[in-house]
Amino acid sequence: MAKSKTNTEDYLTMYRQMVRIRTFEDNANQLYLSAKMPGLTHMYSGEEAVAVGICEALRVTDKITSTHRGHGHCVAKGAEFKEMFCELLGKEEGYCRGKGGSMHIADQSNGNLGANAIVGGSMGIATGAAFSAKLLGKDDVTVCFFGDGATAQGLMYEVMNMAALWNLPVIYACENNGYSEYTRTDEIAAGSITARAEAFGIEAHQVDGQDVLAVNALTQKLVDRARKGEGPFFMELMTYRYHGHHVGDINREYYRSKEEEKDWKENRDPIIRFRSWLVEEGIASEEDLDAMNAEIKQDAADAVEYALNAKYPDVSEVDMHVYTDIEHALARDTA
Amino acid sequence: MRNITLSQAVNEALAEEMRRDETVFIIGEDVAEAGTPFKVLSGLVEEFGTARVVDTPIAEPGFMGLAVGAAMTGSRPVVDLMFGDFIYLIMDQLCNQAAKTHYMSGGKLSVPLVLRTNLGATRRSAAQHSQSLHALVAHIPGLKVALPSSAYEAKGLMKTAIRDNNPVVIFEDKLMYNDKAPVPEEEYLIPFGEANIKREGTDITLIGTSSMVQVCEKAAEMLAAEGISAEVIDPRTIVPLDEKTLIESAKKTSRVIVVDEGHQSFGITGEIAGRINEKAFYHLDAPVLRMGAMDVPVPFSPALEDITVPTPEAVAENARKLMSGEMIHAA
Repeated sequence: MAKSKTNTEDYLTMYRQMVRIRTFEDNANQLYLSAKMPGLTHMYSGEEAVAVGICEALRVTDKITSTHRGHGHCVAKGAEFKEMFCELLGKEEGYCRGKGGSMHIADQSNGNLGANAIVGGSMGIATGAAFSAKLLGKDDVTVCFFGDGATAQGLMYEVMNMAALWNLPVIYACENNGYSEYTRTDEIAAGSITARAEAFGIEAHQVDGQDVLAVNALTQKLVDRARKGEGPFFMELMTYRYHGHHVGDINREYYRSKEEEKDWKENRDPIIRFRSWLVEEGIASEEDLDAMNAEIKQDAADAVEYALNAKYPDVSEVDMHVYTDIEHALARDTA
Repeated sequence: MRNITLSQAVNEALAEEMRRDETVFIIGEDVAEAGTPFKVLSGLVEEFGTARVVDTPIAEPGFMGLAVGAAMTGSRPVVDLMFGDFIYLIMDQLCNQAAKTHYMSGGKLSVPLVLRTNLGATRRSAAQHSQSLHALVAHIPGLKVALPSSAYEAKGLMKTAIRDNNPVVIFEDKLMYNDKAPVPEEEYLIPFGEANIKREGTDITLIGTSSMVQVCEKAAEMLAAEGISAEVIDPRTIVPLDEKTLIESAKKTSRVIVVDEGHQSFGITGEIAGRINEKAFYHLDAPVLRMGAMDVPVPFSPALEDITVPTPEAVAENARKLMSGEMIHAA
């Protein structure tokens, strides 16, 4: 594992957050499999070190934009299980009152400007948040999460150009999990991913996305520099998605082998690796970590139970929140 | 009252709002020193600097998306889209992102953004610089749409748009930038969703938007000379739409023509006609008539282009037919 100067509490927070993401996703998957969740969802399992390594280097006031595979970013930026499960189940107490669901979950109280169901759709938003910080004289940094698949979208090149021209405090975080939906990344991406950013004069780094300390150490440096006006930056985080493109993508041997999945899960799992390191370094005992896992598991079970029993929004909410200043958009002025 | 051009009116509105609120900024292609190809923004960069009058690369989706993010985080961008035709380029950022963010977040996030662009044919600019595409965005819940019909409306609606906490799209008629109208020296705002009865009448209602308000007023003059009393109404915003004023007028006159420069099919004229049919049916003495631009791409040749948009003569002619009962049996 990479060395870092963070303290014991920070290490345990990173471990806790990674386990919280994995546990959240295991529960979300079960909700789908047991037909208790409306629609589909996209699992973040396997990529935990990316979201946690990055978000642990951010302040609450820093912003992130997220993707359709966004539960990990949301948890890592500080969201609570209860409001998240309520949102996944379309309940009134969800972060978005059930109007967004898994693919649009947003938590503005923690600086999460929202997941986006358009691949690459949030790159403009992230760059604009960084523009805003600069215009308003704030030192907030924005991290734009996106996948390798999104590097094929033209918007990315337009906004990286502007971010570089104007030295915006934005970090483009490309989570390269090797697959663009159901297609291998090397079939859709010519050349190098980091070279795309370098073409604009943006400093780009490739990092092992399964090593939370490496991700965190790099992000801390880049965030500090971005805060001082040295941005933008680009990170390519090499990672792996354990599930299919979404929870319903079960039979996937036509695009990747079970052996490959097994190798990543058994030999490169970010939680197993970090756990071994914590124990080896004497930061925590196996018992401590087991207790933490059990506590998180119970938290998740409680939140799921709560969300299953929570109420749906009243049907009168259907035309609320269309506009900020019109309570019910369909209540037309009639003659 | 002094007379100023529509272009000066927009410029004044932006300058006043930028002085009032430091979070307002302008972003788009050639908005700073160039002041846009129409010179609407001339002088603003000298007063507010390049940090708030921001020239971008030619990358409409990029700067539109950037503006959405800026609006979500405390700024109030005014996006300058050089030609309304370029709206196709920014549809994802406008319709999937800006329009839906407040709703998808359950009311937690908002996008106080103004998209300034234009409409209008007969400038000999052919099919990709002449379209009137306001119906496209009026179709999308979450966006407000304003259509100023003179310098007075252009200033008052712009100031209201900048203070609105929702994404607002303003289409200025690019052929009217040099048209002068009386505009007060003192500050004023025009609220959204309030139609303006430009001319009162009793026999027929002419509802016109943007450039078509002038067309309807000229038609009303011609009809007045023939003893037909036409009422002319400018909705000023189509989202929200002041249905009440339109329907009351329809009930009063019993005959309505809706005139708009967007393509006639699936457009603004059909929407307004539909609402009047639903809510004033028993008061009507004739079908509500739609007059939009021809359903053809805008042609370059002046001989062809001029016949694609409604004219005062054509509106007056249809009004005479409605008055004589001819249209009732037309089908």
